[in-house]
Formats: sequence, C-alpha cells, structure tokens
Amino acid sequence: MAKVPVQFTLNGSEKAEFIDSGTTLLQALRDKIGDTSPKGGCHQGTCGACSVIIDGELRLSCLTLAETCDGAVISTTSGLSESGVLHPLQRAFLDTFATQCGFCTPGMIMAAKVLLDHTPNPSRDEVVEALSGNICRCTGYEPIIQAVLTAARANSQNAA
Amino acid sequence: MAIRRGRGVAAINYPTGMNLGGDPTQALVHSTPTGNFMVTLSSVDLGQGMKQIMAQICAETIGVPTDRVVVDTADTDTGPHCMGTFASRGTHRAGNAVIQAAREARQVMLEVAAEELEVNASDLETDGQGNILVKGAPQKSISIFDVALSAHFKRGRSISGRGMFLIPRSYPEKETGAMKPSTCYAHACTVAEVEVDDETGEVTVVTVKNVFEIGRALNPKMVEQQLVGGSWMGISHALYETTEPYYPNRDHGGTDFNQYLMPGPGDLAETEIIVLERPSADGPYGAKGPGEMCANPQIPAVANAVFDAVGVRIDTLPITPERILRALKAQAAN
Repeated sequence: MAKVPVQFTLNGSEKAEFIDSGTTLLQALRDKIGDTSPKGGCHQGTCGACSVIIDGELRLSCLTLAETCDGAVISTTSGLSESGVLHPLQRAFLDTFATQCGFCTPGMIMAAKVLLDHTPNPSRDEVVEALSGNICRCTGYEPIIQAVLTAARANSQNAA
Repeated sequence: MAIRRGRGVAAINYPTGMNLGGDPTQALVHSTPTGNFMVTLSSVDLGQGMKQIMAQICAETIGVPTDRVVVDTADTDTGPHCMGTFASRGTHRAGNAVIQAAREARQVMLEVAAEELEVNASDLETDGQGNILVKGAPQKSISIFDVALSAHFKRGRSISGRGMFLIPRSYPEKETGAMKPSTCYAHACTVAEVEVDDETGEVTVVTVKNVFEIGRALNPKMVEQQLVGGSWMGISHALYETTEPYYPNRDHGGTDFNQYLMPGPGDLAETEIIVLERPSADGPYGAKGPGEMCANPQIPAVANAVFDAVGVRIDTLPITPERILRALKAQAAN
C-alpha cells in the first residue's frame, strides 16, 4: 500500500513521516516518531490515556488518523518541561502525589492543560468535568483534582 | 418514596503476606566504586512505591542519603528470588531482606573505613549524610565516597551484603486446626454514610471516615496516597465493580473494561483518613502492609449503611440498584 506523507509540528519541532494510510496518531507518535508519552489504554476512545492537544483542543490520539493531522500543531506531555524545568502541572502532580502507576498521568495532564489554558482559575466542578474523560485505577481521583487546583493557584500567583 | 440516609460501621484486621509453603524474599546490596548503593530485587514496583521505600530502608540502614541508593527491581532472570508483590507483603518481606543485606554491606564498609582511619570498626558511626566518623571524635572522618574507592581500587573488598527474609510455613495443629497464617496484622475501621433512593435503588456514598492502623508509616505521604486510593476502590467494589453483572447469564456480561463500572472523578465520597502508627514487632522499621486492607472495610460499612437506610441486607456484591429494589420488593411482600 502506498505510504501517505504527513507533516505536523510536535512540541515545537517539525515532523515529517511517511505512514500507512489508517495509522492512528497514537501509533505514529509512539512507533514512528518515538514520543511514548501518550499511552495506549483502551484504543477505543474511552480511557483518555492517549490524550494529546491538537490545535489547542484536547483530542484522543487513538481515534485520530495521523493523515488528518497534516499541518496541525500537536502537544504532548513530553514537550511540557522547558530546559529541564517542569511545567506547573507536572510539578503539582509530583507535589500532591497524584500519580501512582503513572499510566493515566500524561493523559490527565493534557486534559488539565487544556482546561487551564481556557480557564486559568477553574472551580472544583470544572476540574472534575475536565478530567471526566480520563480513567485512573490507582488514586481515587482526589489527588489528581487537588494537583490541577494546585497548579492553577501556582499559575495565578506567578501571573500576579 | 424518598431519599433515605443511613450510617454503617465496619472494622477489619488484615494479614501482611500469606502463609504459603514458606514465604521468602531475598535482596542483594552492593556499592558502586563511588559509594552509591545498589539494591537488587525481583520484587515489583507496580505503582505502590516499592522502589522509594526500599531506597529509604537501605539508606537508613547503611547511613547514607536516600538519593545515594538505586533500586533495581522485577527481573526474575537476574534478581534474587522473591515470592512476589502480592498479599500486601512487599514492604514487609523485601524490606526485612534489604535491612539484612544492607547491614552486611555496612559492616564491610565500616571495616574498610576502619583500616583507612586506623581505628577499630566498632568505634565508627555514620552521619546519614555520606560520612563515617569516629565516635566522640567527629573531626576524624572519611567520606563513604573515599571508602568505596579504597575498597575497590586499593583493598580489594566488596562492600556488599546478602539478605533473606523467610516466614516459615505454618502447619495446622491436628486437634484444633489452629495455625499461624501470618505474623503481622494491619487494622482498619470505616464509618460510611449513604443516601439510598428507595424508588430507584440508587446508593450515593456521602462520606467515609477511615482509621487505618498500619504499623509505622515509612513514607507518610505515600501511605496516605495508597489509603485514599484504596478507600475509593473499596467503595467501587461495594457499589459498582463486577465482571459478571448478570451472572449466570454470560450473554449479558460486559465484554471489556469499557463496560466495567467504576466511580469517576464526579462520583467521589467525601473521604477522611486517619493513620494510627503502632510499629509492628517484625516489620522493617515497624512497617506493616497497608496495601489491600485499605480497600476492605468500606464494603461491609456501605452494606451496613444501606441496611440502616432502607432495612434490607444485601449480601451479594456489588450492591446495585436492582438488588436493592428486589430486596425492598421482597421485604414489602413479607
């Protein structure tokens, strides 16, 4: 089968790949490009572990065909830290012990980032709503909710 | 038809580890040439934090900061034997093995330091910061970095140790059946408050208040993390989780985890956790196993609270709306 060319921006750098038609963005990121921060949990769009940000919106990379991302700007958790300094969300997840096995963490952080990008000071209910597409088996969610609220507070203090 | 409120209490004790046919875990510790310490295990860290706890235990025993310890886990081809990470046994069994191995390595380390400082090894102590001092004369000291270099390149000593912790098999007494399946028990008590809609059968857990007695908390934040998650899992088992929702008719069962119910971030009960620390006699630095027992007491507490609310005993898990409505119907018929 003919390969399809696809070009997009991943965490600020240009990527160009020839992929098989029908390849999901999750497969392209993990197997072709080598960014393994999006996780394959259910591969059918219900667990949220594969969440990435495409053109500012939260998307499930397991349900997104890579060839539809031509020209897109894509962010993943692996691109969040800058010069070795963790993103406030990553810092908050560590400080509030919001990760145990860690498999859901990159998807959770992406979901939280989109929330904070649009709503810098969310209410608890808004955090719960934003995380409701992501499944965690370990934490009972409360530490994750606290991490997002903590990161939001840290952001607003820095902005003030 | 109304929302009815109820409160239930349950208390449990929970063994740390199982009896098995003897229950061993082995650990090996060795220093690198620059005085870092490597712990080799076959035990698995699956998110419960075993690497961190084993690093703390090794560091505490040898007398170095925790970040000087590297823990290698979970390769059963190359690691020393472990029965496995289950039955809440990891910290207790592997931790004891690490203490034994680290003590042996510490002894060699002190012997090498004693030769370097020309003193008796029994007169030496560690400062926990990576130095070995002469007791009462701390100006006379050597860094563990230099001790390790000396051991490797000058004196030909291996700063290393072997640890094996075994809970022997317990056989039941012939007359009474009495036996000792475990040496160490954690305890927990939960008070659950629920609301039951007696029209729909739906249960909402409003609050759970938990007290956990888990020995010494070697890492209090990580203990709390497990207990908070575990309490949520207990509620999940009580009300939601099953692979066979309409047993025995398999055709109506779930086909994958998408149809396996768990509470999400919008379904959380207000949760209170209190930790009681009563160090265990045979645990590493007094630890017990807090792993599984934290998910157990919520289940009977919720069942009792449902009984308190609507007067029906549900003895099959999960406590679904359907089961409650059937029980209420049977109650009304009587």
